[in-house]
Amino acid sequence: MSASSQPLDERALQDGLVELLRRIAPELEALDPGAPLREAVDLDSMDFLNFLAAIAQRYGVEIPDADAGSLLTLRDVVAYVAPRTAG
Amino acid sequence: MIDVPLPSLGADMDEGTLLEWRVGVGDTVRRGQVVAVVDTTKSALDVESWQEGTVVALLAKPGETLPVGQPLLRLAIAGDSVDAPRAPAPAPASAAGAAGTNGAEAEGGPIRARVAPGARRRATELGIDTAGVAGTGPGGAVTLDDVERAAAAASPPRAGAPELRATPPVTAEARGAALRRTIAAAMSRAKREIPHYYLGELVAVGPALDWLAERNAARPVAARLLLAAVYLKAVALAARDHEGFNGAFVEGEFRRAPAVNVGVAVTLRGGGLLAPAVLEADTKPVDQLMAELKDLVARARGGTLSRRELAEATITVTNLGEASVAQVYGIVYAPQVALVGIGGVARRPWVVGDRVQPEPTAWLTLSADHRVTDGHAGARFLAAIAARLSDPARL
Repeated sequence: MSASSQPLDERALQDGLVELLRRIAPELEALDPGAPLREAVDLDSMDFLNFLAAIAQRYGVEIPDADAGSLLTLRDVVAYVAPRTAG
Repeated sequence: MIDVPLPSLGADMDEGTLLEWRVGVGDTVRRGQVVAVVDTTKSALDVESWQEGTVVALLAKPGETLPVGQPLLRLAIAGDSVDAPRAPAPAPASAAGAAGTNGAEAEGGPIRARVAPGARRRATELGIDTAGVAGTGPGGAVTLDDVERAAAAASPPRAGAPELRATPPVTAEARGAALRRTIAAAMSRAKREIPHYYLGELVAVGPALDWLAERNAARPVAARLLLAAVYLKAVALAARDHEGFNGAFVEGEFRRAPAVNVGVAVTLRGGGLLAPAVLEADTKPVDQLMAELKDLVARARGGTLSRRELAEATITVTNLGEASVAQVYGIVYAPQVALVGIGGVARRPWVVGDRVQPEPTAWLTLSADHRVTDGHAGARFLAAIAARLSDPARL
């Protein structure tokens, strides 16, 4: 699952990430990709760490601690992860 | 013979609904072994036996709600003969009769049921005692089918088997409402009975954050630490060292707890709050505390906490920093005597020498029981937590 030869389609990636978020927050409905994630999805630090772990597991992208803090919105996460899924 | 009653799995529990049996008739039970899973308003909880013996009867059916203290199962203990006449079980555990007695035994005679050879072999494989299986064969003989049915009905998941959990017999809304009532009762009681005093101290958390960043830099996501684990250890060590904050106030006096089991307030999605304990937190390295905290939060939200985790906290930590609130002054969770609150980390003006500089800081607060300690002791306790946080390498 981790590395394909092409970067993942951003739309598909976004849908996949929302699915990962729903595992943490089952009540999540629509999510504005530009909204601050922690507030919009009500994620605490533990939830966010679990989200990063799910990304690493599904897409093979380990987001370093130093970068994680700047990923504030779903759009940020997509932009960070998409190019790194290319093999 | 001895009856094992439904224990109270928390100060505010007065009944429980049997979800599933983890043992069947004929099983040997060790002290501390999980015999059943019971649903309370807070969680599905494991019930452990405090007696050693052999199960001779299961006295309740899955789905049945029992008051605390009602007999749950009957054990033959050392000195009893398992084959001796046994009291008829008031409620067989299942239609398949896994817990019932067959006709011959119900008459009182120590007569073993006839068992077909294939059935006996299969029963041995499955760990089923054929004496507890109702036979449907000729003359009441136990057949292979009877054994399979009994195994399916009683099926205590064996070690290594995937964990089966019965669906709780309540909806999420009903559970939420029941949990709200439980919280209401516990908090009302605590506010009524405990003369609280409250203290707060702003502490610099830069050293703790730097230490975390340094450790997390090279770690994969799965092994990263959160500030919550650092707080947990700092509070546990301070509670261990300061008399009057770790324990319970019962029957008019404070009883110091030998272990430091730190309750952690966990907010549930959909509302409500649980405070299960990280056991013996003062003795565990921060890495281990982090792993246990992660697991504890997941299980609190999934409803699979153990009795000890829900009943044996000796002090509680509530961390509301996530909600970007500056301070939280909580209600002490009776019969505990102290609760440490942690607010959000923010860069605030901090005086160092003669200069003011921006520093990451957080409010530490203490709510404590004035019957046990006074503000002076509380201030020293808070200062000890702050000191631990200022030197995270020694945690």
